[in-house]
Amino acid sequence: MMQKESKKYIGVGLTLFLLTAVTVAARQLNAGIALAICIALMIAIFKGSLVASFFMHLASEKKAIYILLLSTIFLFIIMIGFILIGRVNVYEGLSHVP
Amino acid sequence: MDAIPYTIKPREDTGLYNGRLGIWLFLASEIMLFGALFSTYVILRLGALEWPRGASLLSVPLGTFNTVILITSSVTMVFAWVSLKERSLGKYKRYMGFTILLALLFIGVKLFLEYIPKFHHHHYPSQSTFLAIYFTLTGLHALHVLGGVLVNAYFWGPGAKMWKTEPERFTNRIEIAGLYWHFVDLVWIFLFPVLYLL
Repeated sequence: MMQKESKKYIGVGLTLFLLTAVTVAARQLNAGIALAICIALMIAIFKGSLVASFFMHLASEKKAIYILLLSTIFLFIIMIGFILIGRVNVYEGLSHVP
Repeated sequence: MDAIPYTIKPREDTGLYNGRLGIWLFLASEIMLFGALFSTYVILRLGALEWPRGASLLSVPLGTFNTVILITSSVTMVFAWVSLKERSLGKYKRYMGFTILLALLFIGVKLFLEYIPKFHHHHYPSQSTFLAIYFTLTGLHALHVLGGVLVNAYFWGPGAKMWKTEPERFTNRIEIAGLYWHFVDLVWIFLFPVLYLL
Protein backbone atom coordinates (compact mmCIF):
# COMPACT_ATOMS: atom_id res chain seq x y z
CA MET A 1 0.00 0.00 0.00
CA MET A 2 2.64 2.53 1.10
CA GLN A 3 4.94 1.35 -1.72
CA LYS A 4 2.26 2.35 -4.24
CA GLU A 5 1.91 5.71 -2.46
CA SER A 6 5.70 6.21 -2.60
CA LYS A 7 5.75 5.64 -6.37
CA LYS A 8 2.95 8.19 -6.75
CA TYR A 9 4.90 10.80 -4.75
CA ILE A 10 8.06 10.22 -6.80
CA GLY A 11 5.99 10.60 -10.00
CA VAL A 12 4.52 13.89 -8.76
CA GLY A 13 8.00 15.15 -7.77
CA LEU A 14 9.45 14.31 -11.21
CA THR A 15 6.50 16.01 -12.96
CA LEU A 16 7.09 19.14 -10.85
CA PHE A 17 10.79 19.21 -11.85
CA LEU A 18 9.85 18.77 -15.51
CA LEU A 19 7.26 21.56 -15.37
CA THR A 20 9.80 23.88 -13.70
CA ALA A 21 12.14 23.26 -16.65
CA VAL A 22 9.26 23.93 -19.09
CA THR A 23 8.42 27.22 -17.28
CA VAL A 24 12.02 28.44 -17.54
CA ALA A 25 12.35 27.25 -21.18
CA ALA A 26 9.08 28.98 -22.17
CA ARG A 27 10.70 32.28 -21.19
CA GLN A 28 13.16 31.84 -24.09
CA LEU A 29 10.31 31.78 -26.64
CA ASN A 30 10.17 35.60 -26.57
CA ALA A 31 6.39 35.44 -26.83
CA GLY A 32 4.42 38.59 -26.08
CA ILE A 33 4.02 39.49 -22.41
CA ALA A 34 0.33 38.51 -22.36
CA LEU A 35 1.10 35.04 -23.78
CA ALA A 36 4.11 34.64 -21.47
CA ILE A 37 1.94 35.47 -18.43
CA CYS A 38 -0.74 32.98 -19.58
CA ILE A 39 1.78 30.15 -20.13
CA ALA A 40 3.64 30.75 -16.84
CA LEU A 41 0.45 31.03 -14.77
CA MET A 42 -1.17 27.97 -16.37
CA ILE A 43 1.92 25.88 -15.58
CA ALA A 44 2.05 27.33 -12.03
CA ILE A 45 -1.66 26.50 -11.48
CA PHE A 46 -1.09 22.94 -12.72
CA LYS A 47 1.99 22.52 -10.49
CA GLY A 48 0.11 23.98 -7.52
CA SER A 49 -2.82 21.63 -8.07
CA LEU A 50 -0.41 18.65 -8.15
CA VAL A 51 1.10 19.69 -4.80
CA ALA A 52 -2.33 20.32 -3.26
CA SER A 53 -3.97 17.15 -4.66
CA PHE A 54 -1.24 14.63 -3.86
CA PHE A 55 1.27 15.99 -1.32
CA MET A 56 -1.50 17.71 0.69
CA HIS A 57 -3.98 14.87 0.02
CA LEU A 58 -6.71 17.22 -1.18
CA ALA A 59 -7.73 14.68 -3.83
CA SER A 60 -9.11 12.45 -1.05
CA GLU A 61 -9.93 14.95 1.69
CA LYS A 62 -13.02 15.17 3.90
CA LYS A 63 -16.04 17.32 3.02
CA ALA A 64 -15.36 19.76 5.89
CA ILE A 65 -12.02 20.75 4.31
CA TYR A 66 -13.62 21.30 0.89
CA ILE A 67 -16.27 23.56 2.49
CA LEU A 68 -13.55 25.46 4.34
CA LEU A 69 -11.47 25.99 1.19
CA LEU A 70 -14.45 26.96 -0.97
CA SER A 71 -15.42 29.53 1.68
CA THR A 72 -11.86 30.89 1.59
CA ILE A 73 -11.95 31.18 -2.22
CA PHE A 74 -15.35 32.92 -2.00
CA LEU A 75 -14.00 35.46 0.54
CA PHE A 76 -10.87 35.92 -1.56
CA ILE A 77 -12.98 36.76 -4.64
CA ILE A 78 -14.94 39.32 -2.58
CA MET A 79 -11.63 40.87 -1.43
CA ILE A 80 -10.33 41.07 -5.03
CA GLY A 81 -13.69 42.54 -6.10
CA PHE A 82 -13.38 45.38 -3.56
CA ILE A 83 -9.78 46.04 -4.66
CA LEU A 84 -10.80 46.20 -8.32
CA ILE A 85 -13.74 48.50 -7.53
CA GLY A 86 -11.30 50.74 -5.68
CA ARG A 87 -8.99 50.75 -8.70
CA VAL A 88 -11.72 51.77 -11.13
CA ASN A 89 -13.03 54.52 -8.87
CA VAL A 90 -9.93 56.76 -8.63
CA TYR A 91 -9.17 60.28 -9.82
CA GLU A 92 -7.41 60.73 -13.14
CA GLY A 93 -3.72 61.17 -12.35
CA LEU A 94 -3.83 58.79 -9.40
CA SER A 95 -4.34 55.76 -11.62
CA HIS A 96 -0.61 55.23 -12.18
CA VAL A 97 1.93 54.21 -9.57
CA PRO A 98 5.23 56.10 -9.93
CA MET B 1 -8.98 11.31 30.21
CA ASP B 2 -6.98 13.17 27.54
CA ALA B 3 -6.61 16.91 28.08
CA ILE B 4 -7.16 17.47 24.36
CA PRO B 5 -9.60 15.11 22.65
CA TYR B 6 -9.47 13.91 19.04
CA THR B 7 -5.70 14.08 18.60
CA ILE B 8 -5.77 10.62 16.98
CA LYS B 9 -9.38 9.58 16.60
CA PRO B 10 -11.41 11.61 14.08
CA ARG B 11 -14.43 13.55 15.32
CA GLU B 12 -17.78 12.09 14.27
CA ASP B 13 -19.08 15.35 12.77
CA THR B 14 -16.07 16.44 10.67
CA GLY B 15 -14.40 13.08 10.11
CA LEU B 16 -11.10 14.80 10.97
CA TYR B 17 -8.83 14.82 14.00
CA ASN B 18 -8.58 18.32 15.53
CA GLY B 19 -5.06 19.11 14.42
CA ARG B 20 -5.89 18.48 10.77
CA LEU B 21 -8.91 20.80 10.83
CA GLY B 22 -6.80 23.35 12.74
CA ILE B 23 -3.97 23.42 10.21
CA TRP B 24 -6.42 23.81 7.31
CA LEU B 25 -8.05 26.77 9.11
CA PHE B 26 -4.58 28.27 9.54
CA LEU B 27 -3.75 27.61 5.86
CA ALA B 28 -7.02 29.31 4.85
CA SER B 29 -5.83 32.45 6.69
CA GLU B 30 -2.48 32.11 4.91
CA ILE B 31 -4.25 31.94 1.53
CA MET B 32 -5.91 35.28 2.38
CA LEU B 33 -2.55 36.78 3.48
CA PHE B 34 -0.58 35.78 0.38
CA GLY B 35 -3.66 36.35 -1.81
CA ALA B 36 -3.81 39.96 -0.62
CA LEU B 37 -0.13 40.44 -1.42
CA PHE B 38 -0.47 38.82 -4.86
CA SER B 39 -3.43 41.14 -5.51
CA THR B 40 -1.25 44.08 -4.44
CA TYR B 41 1.35 42.95 -6.98
CA VAL B 42 -1.26 42.79 -9.77
CA ILE B 43 -2.70 46.22 -8.90
CA LEU B 44 0.75 47.83 -8.69
CA ARG B 45 1.84 46.24 -11.96
CA LEU B 46 -1.36 47.24 -13.80
CA GLY B 47 -0.99 50.79 -12.52
CA ALA B 48 2.70 51.17 -13.32
CA LEU B 49 3.82 53.15 -16.35
CA GLU B 50 6.88 50.87 -16.64
CA TRP B 51 7.56 47.50 -15.06
CA PRO B 52 10.93 45.72 -15.32
CA ARG B 53 11.13 42.09 -16.50
CA GLY B 54 12.09 40.14 -13.37
CA ALA B 55 15.11 38.61 -15.14
CA SER B 56 16.66 42.05 -15.65
CA LEU B 57 17.04 42.50 -11.87
CA LEU B 58 16.89 38.96 -10.48
CA SER B 59 18.91 35.81 -11.17
CA VAL B 60 16.74 33.22 -12.96
CA PRO B 61 19.28 30.38 -12.38
CA LEU B 62 19.23 31.05 -8.62
CA GLY B 63 15.42 31.24 -8.60
CA THR B 64 15.25 27.97 -10.58
CA PHE B 65 17.74 26.35 -8.20
CA ASN B 66 15.67 27.40 -5.19
CA THR B 67 12.50 26.07 -6.87
CA VAL B 68 14.17 22.67 -7.34
CA ILE B 69 15.34 22.78 -3.69
CA LEU B 70 11.83 23.44 -2.36
CA ILE B 71 10.18 20.79 -4.57
CA THR B 72 12.82 18.26 -3.43
CA SER B 73 12.14 19.21 0.20
CA SER B 74 8.41 18.65 -0.35
CA VAL B 75 9.19 15.15 -1.66
CA THR B 76 11.47 14.36 1.33
CA MET B 77 8.81 15.76 3.71
CA VAL B 78 6.10 13.49 2.33
CA PHE B 79 8.52 10.55 2.60
CA ALA B 80 9.20 11.44 6.24
CA TRP B 81 5.47 10.95 6.87
CA VAL B 82 5.37 7.75 4.76
CA SER B 83 8.30 6.40 6.84
CA LEU B 84 6.28 6.82 10.04
CA LYS B 85 3.30 5.08 8.41
CA GLU B 86 5.75 2.23 7.70
CA ARG B 87 6.81 2.34 11.38
CA SER B 88 10.42 3.29 10.65
CA LEU B 89 11.74 6.08 12.88
CA GLY B 90 15.24 5.78 11.39
CA LYS B 91 14.01 6.47 7.86
CA TYR B 92 11.83 9.29 9.17
CA LYS B 93 14.84 10.94 10.80
CA ARG B 94 16.82 10.74 7.54
CA TYR B 95 14.04 12.23 5.40
CA MET B 96 13.19 14.93 7.93
CA GLY B 97 16.91 15.74 8.27
CA PHE B 98 17.14 16.18 4.48
CA THR B 99 14.04 18.40 4.52
CA ILE B 100 15.60 20.67 7.16
CA LEU B 101 18.94 20.84 5.31
CA LEU B 102 17.22 21.69 2.01
CA ALA B 103 15.20 24.42 3.73
CA LEU B 104 18.39 25.89 5.23
CA LEU B 105 20.00 25.76 1.77
CA PHE B 106 17.00 27.66 0.36
CA ILE B 107 17.36 30.37 3.04
CA GLY B 108 21.15 30.48 2.52
CA VAL B 109 20.77 31.03 -1.25
CA LYS B 110 18.10 33.66 -0.66
CA LEU B 111 20.12 35.54 1.94
CA PHE B 112 23.74 35.25 0.80
CA LEU B 113 23.38 34.98 -2.99
CA GLU B 114 20.32 37.14 -3.58
CA TYR B 115 19.53 39.65 -0.80
CA ILE B 116 23.05 40.63 0.34
CA PRO B 117 24.48 41.11 -3.22
CA LYS B 118 21.41 43.25 -4.01
CA PHE B 119 22.06 45.43 -0.98
CA HIS B 120 25.72 45.74 -2.09
CA HIS B 121 24.43 47.04 -5.44
CA HIS B 122 22.14 49.46 -3.57
CA HIS B 123 18.97 47.65 -4.65
CA TYR B 124 16.71 48.39 -1.70
CA PRO B 125 12.91 48.06 -1.31
CA SER B 126 12.69 51.86 -1.34
CA GLN B 127 14.31 52.06 -4.79
CA SER B 128 11.35 50.93 -6.91
CA THR B 129 7.85 49.49 -6.68
CA PHE B 130 9.11 46.21 -8.19
CA LEU B 131 11.85 45.83 -5.56
CA ALA B 132 9.41 46.80 -2.78
CA ILE B 133 6.95 44.05 -3.72
CA TYR B 134 9.81 41.59 -4.44
CA PHE B 135 11.34 42.01 -0.98
CA THR B 136 7.91 41.97 0.72
CA LEU B 137 6.72 38.77 -0.98
CA THR B 138 10.00 36.84 -0.85
CA GLY B 139 10.82 38.14 2.65
CA LEU B 140 7.48 36.99 4.04
CA HIS B 141 7.90 33.65 2.26
CA ALA B 142 11.43 33.24 3.65
CA LEU B 143 10.05 33.86 7.18
CA HIS B 144 7.54 31.07 6.55
CA VAL B 145 10.40 28.78 5.46
CA LEU B 146 12.27 29.70 8.66
CA GLY B 147 9.16 28.93 10.74
CA GLY B 148 8.90 25.55 9.00
CA VAL B 149 12.57 24.82 9.77
CA LEU B 150 12.02 25.52 13.48
CA VAL B 151 8.95 23.27 13.66
CA ASN B 152 10.58 20.48 11.63
CA ALA B 153 13.80 20.72 13.67
CA TYR B 154 11.75 20.29 16.86
CA PHE B 155 10.03 17.20 15.45
CA TRP B 156 13.38 15.85 14.22
CA GLY B 157 14.97 16.34 17.66
CA PRO B 158 13.21 16.58 21.06
CA GLY B 159 9.68 16.27 19.64
CA ALA B 160 10.46 12.80 18.24
CA LYS B 161 10.34 11.38 21.80
CA MET B 162 6.57 11.16 21.37
CA TRP B 163 7.11 8.29 18.90
CA LYS B 164 7.92 5.96 21.84
CA THR B 165 4.74 6.73 23.77
CA GLU B 166 2.16 7.84 21.16
CA PRO B 167 3.30 6.83 17.66
CA GLU B 168 -0.05 7.57 15.95
CA ARG B 169 -0.27 11.03 17.47
CA PHE B 170 3.31 11.76 16.40
CA THR B 171 2.53 10.58 12.84
CA ASN B 172 -0.43 12.97 12.78
CA ARG B 173 1.82 15.81 13.95
CA ILE B 174 4.20 15.14 11.05
CA GLU B 175 1.28 15.08 8.63
CA ILE B 176 0.24 18.53 9.92
CA ALA B 177 3.81 19.88 9.68
CA GLY B 178 3.90 18.43 6.15
CA LEU B 179 0.70 20.22 5.13
CA TYR B 180 2.25 23.51 6.22
CA TRP B 181 5.50 22.71 4.43
CA HIS B 182 3.75 21.83 1.14
CA PHE B 183 1.81 25.09 1.37
CA VAL B 184 5.11 27.00 1.64
CA ASP B 185 6.30 25.12 -1.48
CA LEU B 186 3.01 25.90 -3.26
CA VAL B 187 3.39 29.65 -2.58
CA TRP B 188 6.92 29.58 -4.05
CA ILE B 189 5.61 27.78 -7.16
CA PHE B 190 3.58 30.94 -7.87
CA LEU B 191 6.18 33.46 -6.64
CA PHE B 192 8.94 32.16 -8.90
CA PRO B 193 7.32 32.78 -12.32
CA VAL B 194 5.53 35.95 -11.20
CA LEU B 195 8.66 37.67 -9.87
CA TYR B 196 11.54 36.11 -11.80
CA LEU B 197 10.14 35.31 -15.24
CA LEU B 198 7.39 37.78 -16.13
